[in-house]
Amino acid sequence: MHTIVCLKQVVDPELPPWDFGIDPATKRQVRTGKPLVISTYDENALELALQLKERVGGKVTALTIGPAGEVKDAVRLALAMGADEAVVVDDADAPLALAADKAQVLAAAIGRLGSFDLVLTGCESADWVERAVAPFLAEALEAACVTFVTRAEVREGGLTVRRTSDEGFHVVDVRLPAVLSVTSDESLRPRLPKVKDIMGAMRKPVQTWTRAELGAAAGATGVEVREVAVPQRTTKCEFIEGDPAQQAEALVSRLRALKII
Amino acid sequence: MPGIFIVATALEGSLGRSGLELVGGARTLARPLDLEVSAAVLGHGAHLADAVDELHAHGVGKVYRCDHPALTAGQSEAVLAAVDPLVGRERPDIVLVSADTVGREVAPRLAYRHRAALATEVTALDVDGTVILARRQVYAGRAIATLAITSRPAVIAVKPRALDVPERAPVRGTVEEVSANIPSELRLQVREIHSERAEVSLDDAAVVVGGGRGIGGPEGFKLLAELARVLGGAVGASRPPADEGWVPITWQIGQTGKSIRPNLYLAVGISGAAQHVAGVSGARTIVAINKDPEAPIFSLAHFGLVGDYRQIVPALIARLKDAAGT
Ligand SMILES: Cc1cc2nc3c(=O)[nH]c(=O)nc-3n(C[C@H](O)[C@H](O)[C@H](O)COP(=O)(O)OP(=O)(O)OC[C@H]3O[C@@H](n4cnc5c(N)ncnc54)[C@H](O)[C@@H]3O)c2cc1C
Repeated sequence: MHTIVCLKQVVDPELPPWDFGIDPATKRQVRTGKPLVISTYDENALELALQLKERVGGKVTALTIGPAGEVKDAVRLALAMGADEAVVVDDADAPLALAADKAQVLAAAIGRLGSFDLVLTGCESADWVERAVAPFLAEALEAACVTFVTRAEVREGGLTVRRTSDEGFHVVDVRLPAVLSVTSDESLRPRLPKVKDIMGAMRKPVQTWTRAELGAAAGATGVEVREVAVPQRTTKCEFIEGDPAQQAEALVSRLRALKII
Repeated sequence: MPGIFIVATALEGSLGRSGLELVGGARTLARPLDLEVSAAVLGHGAHLADAVDELHAHGVGKVYRCDHPALTAGQSEAVLAAVDPLVGRERPDIVLVSADTVGREVAPRLAYRHRAALATEVTALDVDGTVILARRQVYAGRAIATLAITSRPAVIAVKPRALDVPERAPVRGTVEEVSANIPSELRLQVREIHSERAEVSLDDAAVVVGGGRGIGGPEGFKLLAELARVLGGAVGASRPPADEGWVPITWQIGQTGKSIRPNLYLAVGISGAAQHVAGVSGARTIVAINKDPEAPIFSLAHFGLVGDYRQIVPALIARLKDAAGT
């Protein structure tokens, strides 16, 4: 089975608020000098791909779009975790692109890679959270699509997956080829590569293609980012002191007085 | 006639709140853009008639009713197969979809097929001239992006519970039956449906007790459940307890999880990361219980209790029970 995992590099989403700022020129998060990581759920997607490979064999290809120099670390990490090879689509403007545009480039790259059985993405990116790449790709690749997947088992002709739903979860049979977006789960904690894996990753093949080579011109998406604003919060916290019984007493009477409970 | 086209699914029985929220969104756009609103109702069974009535009662005149046995919970590919030709035939300017389990899979695919502009996870809609302004949270709610949708057609996926359900405005509507041409062999087949809905659902609860990594394990959540019970509320969680399997993933509140809008939110053992806060900013009052006085949650909370939840929560339960007795 050939699984392609789409990975996006983002500014570490867990940075504290004072490290967050919007660049007025690009209307995107300031990146310079910030640590870059693989977007959270993309790591879960890679973990799922590696687990499936361990169970049924095959190959895992990591695919990313970004400024080639910048994404190197992300690619090396993916290879160290166990991806067999990597493809980078070198695109300096990638951090500004929206999902519709990104999906087009990813689809072109996957087309050039040739055959695949499964494409995995994260369920959302940690920065722009559009949740649209997987279904877009499914259309472009004429594949089935399931989002927010936490488990997958290979069965005759396809996969049986667990999809997180609004109310619980669905068990879904899906035929291959398919595009799945993956969310986190206790079974999908990303593995930590060992030193030996990190060394081994240096020898794995990485291909770099440009967007122009792929013939994926910047598409008109009909959507422009007009403004990105950081809301100001003004809440003032009233601390309730005392031992636990006093705190409980005081909180309950405050909430009652305010008719909140 | 081109206009605004609502994709209203009634896959699990009734139309549901999110269908009516789309009507609210459509009304916001309809007048300034001078567009008519119509809706497709998709599902299977007698309740579809009620869903149609609901839409008429909320001002949607023209309703396309699509009844097919494959249009049941979670069957996104069947929904796509039913809606796609209808959109192709009616050529609406704007298609509104709810960004729920099915809508999240359907909206981008519909946009792709009809070369439409796409905005997803939208929380507010507005119009500037002929441009639609769609707002959404980005960077884990640290910022709000305003997207200008300049081309038509456009598909807009609206986050459930972001828009208000509009007032009733009954109209004498019309219904057109549409037959769906859904292939018998879908590439995706929902085999089992599991509900993890708690007694009091997070979506509608007036009080929510949220537990974080600081709760330490599934045992601690029993204590939170008791607190929720005396307050008549629901229990939710930050991401770590869901990831660890202490609670179902559907309890997760935040950017990836649910957005909640209770009157009272009690955040217990939760540090207050932006990705969590993104889901609770609609709460009217926030109380934080945390043993770390420097936890960022206190910069958001209205009331703060510094201490170990294992002492504070039982004290709270006792006090509330006392108060109920007197
Ligand atoms: C793309 C992305 C999406 C995400 N989506 C979500 C999401 O939807 N929802 C979400 O919640 N998170 C989400 N996260 C994770 C988020 O960034 C934080 O990691 C997470 O919210 C932290 O959870 P926590 O506050 O429970 O844990 P921690 O940050 O570990 O905080 C635990 C807190 O418990 C306190 N504590 C410990 N013991 C006790 C005790 N005995 N009594 C009282 N207090 C105690 C500690 O002081 C601490 O403040 C997302 C992250 C990313 C990158």
